Formats: sequence, C-alpha cells, structure tokens
Amino acid sequence: MHLAYPAVLAVLLFCTGLYGVLARRNAILVLMSVELMLNAVNLNLVAFDVWLRDTLHAGQALTLFTITIAAAEIGIGLAIVLLVHRNRGTSHIDRLRELAETDGTDGTDRADGTATDSDGPTVAGATDNPADTRLTRGEATA
Amino acid sequence: MSATVSLAAASGTPGFLSPTGVEILFLLVGLLTLGAAITAVTTRQLVHAALWLVVALGGIAVEYLLLSAEFIAWVQVLIYVGAVVVLLLFGLMLTRAPIGRSPDADSGNRPVALAVAVTAAAVLVTVVVDAFRTTWIDLEGGAPQGTTDVTGRILFQHWVLPFEALSVLLLAALVGAIVLSRRGNGRNGTDGDAGAAGTGHGTGAADGGER
Repeated sequence: MHLAYPAVLAVLLFCTGLYGVLARRNAILVLMSVELMLNAVNLNLVAFDVWLRDTLHAGQALTLFTITIAAAEIGIGLAIVLLVHRNRGTSHIDRLRELAETDGTDGTDRADGTATDSDGPTVAGATDNPADTRLTRGEATA
Repeated sequence: MSATVSLAAASGTPGFLSPTGVEILFLLVGLLTLGAAITAVTTRQLVHAALWLVVALGGIAVEYLLLSAEFIAWVQVLIYVGAVVVLLLFGLMLTRAPIGRSPDADSGNRPVALAVAVTAAAVLVTVVVDAFRTTWIDLEGGAPQGTTDVTGRILFQHWVLPFEALSVLLLAALVGAIVLSRRGNGRNGTDGDAGAAGTGHGTGAADGGER
C-alpha cells in the first residue's frame, strides 16, 4: 500500500479536528474534535509502525498509550465541563470569560453571571446523576 | 532514505496508478471516515455530531484492520466507540443540549477557523505527499505485525514500565473525575455528602437556597 494514503487521510482528519476545535462553541463538541485529532495521530502512528517494521513496535505501543490517555482526558474533561455547567449554567466556551469567581459575593455573583438564573436549581438537579453514580462507584471501591 | 528505496525495490516497485484491492478499500473507507468527520464537526444537531463521530471512529478502526493492526482496531472499537462516545452522549444530555437544530453551535470565528484548517491541510498534504511519494508499505511479506500475540509480547516485554505508569495515570484520572464531580467539594463537604446521598431534587433546592 502506498504510504501516502494513510498519511494524507491522517492529515485531513487532523485538519477537520482543528476546524472543529476552532469553530465550535459547545465545550463537548470541542472535546469531540480533540478526539478526532488524537485519532488522526493514532492513524499516523500505526501506518508508520507498519511501514518501518519496528521490532519494538513503538508505534503500536504508543497508539495504545494514546488511546488510554485520551480516555483519561475525556473523563476529566467531561467532569470539568459538567462542573462549569453546574456553576455557570452554560457550556459555551465563548461565554466563559471570567477567570475567577469574585470573593465575598460568591453566591450571588455566580448566579448573576449566567443568564439562566431561573433554572439554576433544575440545572443542579440535572447534573446530579453523574455525581451520584460516581460517588457510589467510589464508595464501592473504597 | 536507503531503507525506503530498498523496501520499494523489495516489494517489486508497485505502480502508483495501479492500486491494489487493499488500497481501493482503504480509499473508500477513508472517504467515508473523512465525510463522517466533516459532518461531525459541521452539523448543527449536537447529538447527531456524536453519532457521526461513531461512524468516523469506526472507519478509523477499519483502517487499522487494513493496516494489519488487529489488536489496535478492536481496542479502538471497544474504547472509542464503546466508551468515549457514550461518555460524550452522557455529557451532552447532562448539559441539557438541545435535541433539535441549535443555530448557535458554531461560534463567530467560523471563517477564521475554516481558513486556518484549509491552510493547514494544504500545507500538510503538500509536504506529506512530496515526502512519501515513493514509499510503499509492504503488507503481505514478513512476519505478522499487529496480531494480539505480537502486540502482547512487545507490550509486556519492552513497554512494561510505561504500561504500569499509564495504569497509575488512569487511577489518578478516575479519582480526579470523582473529586471534580462530587457536589460541594471542600467548602461544605458534609452538606455535599448528605445531598449526594439524597435525591437530586432535594440537593437542587438546597443549592438554590444557598444561592
């Protein structure tokens, strides 16, 4: 097989992911685009491993490690997105302009910063499920 | 470079204009994968984006199979299609993503993003095609490369230390996700624990009252 096929496919997938990261507004869609970029890199690694016939198979081992790290990254990233959504009421990354919550007026400022003050409690209730499952999972392992 | 030339010579110098069956299949699956990926980053329906991502990731798994990396293909199916996309769908639903078309899925810098992506694609495709124009992968000859046997051997003979370090990393990520997603971290820990054990509406009301 010509090496240009997987290499060009990986490049195009990477650039698709790049477009998604830059153009998307929802944080979870940005995470999806990051996954696409990681997969493009994985495809490159596998193709070059098969081409070079490495005796250590560094490309395949590194691909497995990248997949593992991507799984960890998506878990942490989704936890952060859910936390941000619970605190600010939005997961649109261009509305998250404040780097910190101001001191003193924490409780009121947090609700004022978002446009969805009225459905704040329901938002908090909707995000209860992951906390519940993860807590029970943590307690089960503890 | 000499390795390239010798490899091409060893495989009989296949012609660029006479693709083999594997190449045709790779091309077709690659087109499907690319189309699904482009749809996933441009569609305005958020749940559909996740489902198109499934098609793209499955297509990449087929590409791994065509590149004779079996084990990685099945790991890809298990972890990406099985776990990551399900996590993404859960995240979409938990952040109350709209089901139908959402017109604000793309931010205002879409033309800039398109320009950057097209420029990067043009430059990289030019460089890659120019660099690997005379390079062929020998898929038929030699020992098997990507079977579970081979991958398991190299993983547990030469890559044990990174493997173990990654298991620690996964444990740390799990603990971090639990800590991040438990309610009322630190400031009102006992309240958060009681709330997490109770029903969702109760904690929602308590949180609203706190505000």
